Amino acid sequence: MTKRKAQAVTPAAAALPPGTFKREDRLAAWFITIAMVALFIGGSMGPLQKLEHVGINWYPALAKIGIGSVRIQSYYQGLTAHGVLNALVWTTFFIVGFFNYAIPRSLGRPLSRPRVNLLALVLMIVGLVMAAIPILTNLASVLYTFYPPMKASVFFYLGLVLVVVGSWVAGLSYYMTYWQWRKDNPGQKTPFIALAGIITMVMWQIATLGVATEILVLIIPWVLGWTEGTDPQLARTFFWFTGHPLVYFWLLPAYVSWYGMLPKQAGGKMFSEQLARLVFWLFLVLSIPVGLHHQFVDPGVPAGWKAIHAVLTYSLFLPSMATAFTVVASLEVAGRARGGKGLLGWITKLPWGNPSYTAQNLAMILFVFGGIGGLTNASYNLNLAIHNTIWVPGHFHLTVGSAVTLTFFGIAYWLVPALTGKPLASRRAALAQAWTWFIGMLLMSNALHILGLNFGAPRRTALGTAPYVDPAWNPLQIEAAIGGIVLGISGLLFFGNMLATALSRKRAEVREEMPVAEPLHPEYVTPGWLDNWRPWVIATILLILVAYGPVLVGMIANINLNAPGVQIR
Amino acid sequence: MHIDRYERLFLYAAVALLVVFMGALAVSSFAYGIRVPTATERVDPRTVATPPSPWGEPVENRLRELSPGNYEVYILAQMWQFTPATITVPKGSRVTFYVTSKDVQHGFKLAGTNINMMALPGEVARLTATFDTPGTYNFICHEYCGALHHTMYGQLVVEE
Repeated sequence: MTKRKAQAVTPAAAALPPGTFKREDRLAAWFITIAMVALFIGGSMGPLQKLEHVGINWYPALAKIGIGSVRIQSYYQGLTAHGVLNALVWTTFFIVGFFNYAIPRSLGRPLSRPRVNLLALVLMIVGLVMAAIPILTNLASVLYTFYPPMKASVFFYLGLVLVVVGSWVAGLSYYMTYWQWRKDNPGQKTPFIALAGIITMVMWQIATLGVATEILVLIIPWVLGWTEGTDPQLARTFFWFTGHPLVYFWLLPAYVSWYGMLPKQAGGKMFSEQLARLVFWLFLVLSIPVGLHHQFVDPGVPAGWKAIHAVLTYSLFLPSMATAFTVVASLEVAGRARGGKGLLGWITKLPWGNPSYTAQNLAMILFVFGGIGGLTNASYNLNLAIHNTIWVPGHFHLTVGSAVTLTFFGIAYWLVPALTGKPLASRRAALAQAWTWFIGMLLMSNALHILGLNFGAPRRTALGTAPYVDPAWNPLQIEAAIGGIVLGISGLLFFGNMLATALSRKRAEVREEMPVAEPLHPEYVTPGWLDNWRPWVIATILLILVAYGPVLVGMIANINLNAPGVQIR
Repeated sequence: MHIDRYERLFLYAAVALLVVFMGALAVSSFAYGIRVPTATERVDPRTVATPPSPWGEPVENRLRELSPGNYEVYILAQMWQFTPATITVPKGSRVTFYVTSKDVQHGFKLAGTNINMMALPGEVARLTATFDTPGTYNFICHEYCGALHHTMYGQLVVEE
């Protein structure tokens, strides 16, 4: 193996002439604006759900406002919007926007084919509109998992496919740029942010083959009436082939920031740059062959394969623990560089007055609880205690709803000023936003975890009118509702601040730049295998074949397209 | 590749923790018999609710005593009810639940037990539990199945 040079010789983005990334930034601004609009609409459904659970039902009132048939009429229609717009649209659009900004700068060159990226934007917008219209007109109230044989408007599925294909095309624009960079910089190691971002997109590319197969082969022919029915168990298996790596697609961009940017914002350095690279490669290899851990209680999946996926899921714990150590160690380096002393005294010296920093640090703290709870979900038969209970939303609001979303808020606090050239409208409102999100999420997720574990309260259910709700659930439901309201206020603080920043006439004296953390030990030479795609991509494909090959072949050999299903309204 | 000494120790500790967890899962599966559903048989959701399918039998014939204290019950899930919706067994009974769906996906979680499974059209979910404590246990549909999903549940009564 050839050793790659330790020091990057790529020009720092700041050294390039101004306007180098003009097109990239304009595209990034589009992606991020759409992401925020989606989160605003989808997120506003959240507090309504928690209020419904305590008997305050605003859906009849909401059904009266609307244009034509575009209106939210029910709990489940609102819940579909909440899931699709937050978990799929907010995340995917924000991630592409963030990468549009970060990957070209990390490589020190603009996108080689910006029109490919423009095509991605167009595809994703067309897909979003196609999926959003049936959702908002109550023709696709099938939740974001759209489990067949619940049947939605065909445009809902086509729209989702276009959003996914658009994200593939965005990935393609990065790969082409990276290809050019490698040709121009032979033997040089890939800058960390670019490498981590591109690994994320490659993982996504492979992972989404599952849901693409599900929709194109098992759903669309059935929805159009070309097949009499569909195979719900096989469809679930393809869905979760994508469904678990989906959570890493959300999380890895947050990790890009935690590893590669946040230490710089805190005044420190990356504690272990090589390990950070290894962690991303491990997520590429391990994110996908674990999907059956979402199907531990499925009737048509052999228990032995469930156990194998449980073990593989556990292996994901290791890159997660490495991340916990490296990121906290990088922040300790920062805290000590700022004069922090003692075992824990460095924590007080971290830049808690900086909303971008604070939001991300609080996101990490919530992620600790999310990770621990997630181990329960991953634990084979232990999952029986909480599967499909409201514990699960309690869990993923700590992960995608906090670790990811609160980190993206933190990123937005420097990225939106960087894109607009305007200063953040209010640092104090941004700080209050981060802390209220933290408190609201602690309250809500704590209550949801207990409701699920102790009482078996089901997830995604209009509990306000459910006949089996026990009075003992009420205090926890009230706690969750208070959490939901605090989160709603926090969301308003975020969107208000973003809008005020974008509409402001002020110009920043110094435009925000992308924070890039330097390695603490630049003298350590990165081994060649940490910058070589081939072994990792081969390992990824082999592990997928081993973990999914036999179980999928068995299911496909016994395929029964005989569940006619029900059109949901 | 260079890994800091403390970080190395930290990762060793993480591996040790995982080994302990896996051991606990193995013990609970094999020594305590806490099982997850596995692939058994497939049924045709279009005919599953009609005889000779056991889910097509009259509701009073769905609970069968195979030997003293040993029962099986065939529960059909559909929008938005379980049939039978009420099951009564004496204290100390061992009951095997066979659950399937005739329309969309449903869930089946029996409070106070380790019974938690998906009810899918075309598949049969099977788990067993023993009931030593008298009382009424709800089984709740925990998978969204349409407009009245939140009303879908049934009860298992364990009599003295």
